[in-house]
Amino acid sequence: MIAELGHVALVLAFGVAIVQMVVPFVGAQKGWSGWMAMAVPAASLQFLLIAAAFAALTYSFVTSDFSVRLVTLNSHSAKPMLYKVSGVWGNHEGSMLLWVLIVALFGAMASWFGSGLPPRLKALALSVQAAIGVAFLAFILFTSNPFLRLAQPPFDGQALNPLLQDPGLAFHPPFLYLGYVGLSMAFSFAVAALIEGRVDAAWARWVRPWTLAAWIFLTIGIALGSWWAYYELGWGGFWFWDPVENASFMPWLFAAALLHSAIVVEKREALKSWTILLAILAFGFSLIGTFLVRSGVITSVHAFANDPERGVFILMILGVFTGGALTLYAFRASTMEAKGVFGMVSRESALVFNNILLAVSSIVVFIGTIWPLVAEMFFDRKLSVGAPFFEAAFTPFMVVLAIALPFGALMPWKRAKIGRLMRPLVPALVLAVLVALLAWTMQTERTILGPVGFLLGAWLVGGAATDLWSRLGRGPIGGRLGRMVRLPRADWGRVTAHAGLGVVFMGISGLMAWQIEDIRVAQSAAPFEVADLTVTMNEVRQEQGPNYLTTVADITVRGEDGNVIALLQPEKRVYPVQAMPTTEAAIHNGFWRDIYVVIGDKQDGGGYAVRTFIKPFANWIWAGSLIMALGGLLSLSDRRYRVAAGATRRTAVRGVPAE
Amino acid sequence: MKRLILALMILAASPALAVNPDEVLDNPALEARARDISAGLRCVVCQGENIDESNADIARDLRLLVRERLVAGDTNEEVVDFIVERYGEYVLMKPTTGGANILLWGAGPALFILAALGAMVYLRRRSTSTGPGSDGLSKDEQARLDELLGK
Repeated sequence: MIAELGHVALVLAFGVAIVQMVVPFVGAQKGWSGWMAMAVPAASLQFLLIAAAFAALTYSFVTSDFSVRLVTLNSHSAKPMLYKVSGVWGNHEGSMLLWVLIVALFGAMASWFGSGLPPRLKALALSVQAAIGVAFLAFILFTSNPFLRLAQPPFDGQALNPLLQDPGLAFHPPFLYLGYVGLSMAFSFAVAALIEGRVDAAWARWVRPWTLAAWIFLTIGIALGSWWAYYELGWGGFWFWDPVENASFMPWLFAAALLHSAIVVEKREALKSWTILLAILAFGFSLIGTFLVRSGVITSVHAFANDPERGVFILMILGVFTGGALTLYAFRASTMEAKGVFGMVSRESALVFNNILLAVSSIVVFIGTIWPLVAEMFFDRKLSVGAPFFEAAFTPFMVVLAIALPFGALMPWKRAKIGRLMRPLVPALVLAVLVALLAWTMQTERTILGPVGFLLGAWLVGGAATDLWSRLGRGPIGGRLGRMVRLPRADWGRVTAHAGLGVVFMGISGLMAWQIEDIRVAQSAAPFEVADLTVTMNEVRQEQGPNYLTTVADITVRGEDGNVIALLQPEKRVYPVQAMPTTEAAIHNGFWRDIYVVIGDKQDGGGYAVRTFIKPFANWIWAGSLIMALGGLLSLSDRRYRVAAGATRRTAVRGVPAE
Repeated sequence: MKRLILALMILAASPALAVNPDEVLDNPALEARARDISAGLRCVVCQGENIDESNADIARDLRLLVRERLVAGDTNEEVVDFIVERYGEYVLMKPTTGGANILLWGAGPALFILAALGAMVYLRRRSTSTGPGSDGLSKDEQARLDELLGK
């Protein structure tokens, strides 16, 4: 019964979305304010109906109603409650329902908090947003109905993939989707502005917080996914350049470009048509990501829910929305007159450079991701494009970005002089060189990656500190510190996010350059040495979890002085329902390094296979990502957005608890 | 009974580690080369994993094959060629630059140069629309600019 109600609510939402798409659009063309105003209640109603459908599906999962096909396929009565709930979106149908729920949520928020918007722009934007909703609701209703019943309900379900039964991954999809779909707001406003033929500072002030919010969610979502891969997959990799990861990384790069170029529109009324193009591309790449993941066209580690027949439908949605928007852009972009005038060396041109680097690097990721497909279709070659390609082709752009960033952040608008910029940055440069030299002398192996990564990372952090210092004016230190409190949040946000990027640089290069690995057969109570550590496996025992059996090892890690640093319990689990083994690495998290232990099989000659890793600076990667997200939040809470758009503050606050 | 089920379950489980201790070569230099090579070879039945990370049996066979060739005195290139000959270029995680792959490798740099040129033209236009000043273009530059802009 509840499932049927959910289905009905979804059908009704489809109808409401069609009304919301058509009526305000006609109203905006004819200038009928009543028709335009229709968008507001329709947006709320559409959201409520989809929320009801989502609640119905969640109810079916929580109560383990195995007459619903989706629940049978993805849940099990013995599963912990958290994973019953996360099972709702841990599959194709449910995740698409979550997707439209968020599309409707963003539309509803724009209608609730957009009272300050010009009525025509608002009506058009909500109409475009509804069109996205219509397309995906049709996709769900016609190809991926989550509410299908089974004629003969089984006794129990088939359970969720054990790899997905993890708190890190339970919240990974909602964050990613909030990010992907958040970019739909920028897209809707971009298309609305193209139809209107007008882009101004007020438009940018509206679009930027949505983009920023989407970018924050994507940052957290990507970081959660990478953290999950690090501790769950059993060898401590954090990024695999897997197509599904790339699918989230491309929109992230475009969102980063967009939120920088929107500043130029907002402050200087320049780069307008470029910003519109970026808004279209950012959401276009979200759709491409959805297509790659959902169609299974490129299968990968993550493709748990792929279905080739559905791919065509999503490809059509992708074609209609990006193709349509780009056509509209081709006709209307020339009407966007730029006002601001600026020199070759200025903050504006620095932001143009930033945009080129981010957009081109994103396209490199895109080409690498689809190349196996292209090569097979057009050149009859079956080949792979793996991590080594991306490391070689993508990294140079990030190196250039890191070198240029502190200069760009310090540049004034309109016109700058390189010589004058260099002087305040000298301390940051000295710091970076010292850090790199320290890294060079301390490392045991002679790698170039570690010191260079630390040079760039320290340069970014030092550059951010210089940026902050330069905003505090002149005079004695006391006065400067006093002014720090009154600095706009946007300045704090910029400085924090840029410093976070530096921390990520150091984390990635440190981990990749200086990781130590030890593989051996460990006998009970026979200590062995890994670098400066002494590792002892004391006991191995079998235990039973709520829905799995596990082999647990008790491992003691001692330092050089013989003191116990960590007691670790790596596990090897078997989930009987799926007959699937998973490794649960035991990790001792530290500021400088993680100690990461995995237990393997029992060996014929006695003892167990044990893999011990020392992973330097691993946590810096996720800490840096969170610092970047925090920077975004600070910027989002800037006074000018609170005044301009109350909506965004709510979006921001929603992100906080899950950090 | 419960113990028996437990034991069976654990026996049924596939190996949880990629590189197992019995595969590791005694010679650390050779082993390091083997790890390097393995990281660049794809496990053909897996989804985007290299053989160094994969638990699959075929990945283990390939890892052993790599080590066998190394012990026999092959260079890194010879080992990779040996495996590519048998499994095709699909096993290479880093695609070659030959043939159409030049598009893959060249796209990034080419796009960057194009975008940078486009931006230069745009920035020049924006910075000179202030009117004639010290930053004005020379005759040659103006001619080149007109040509680029297709005037």
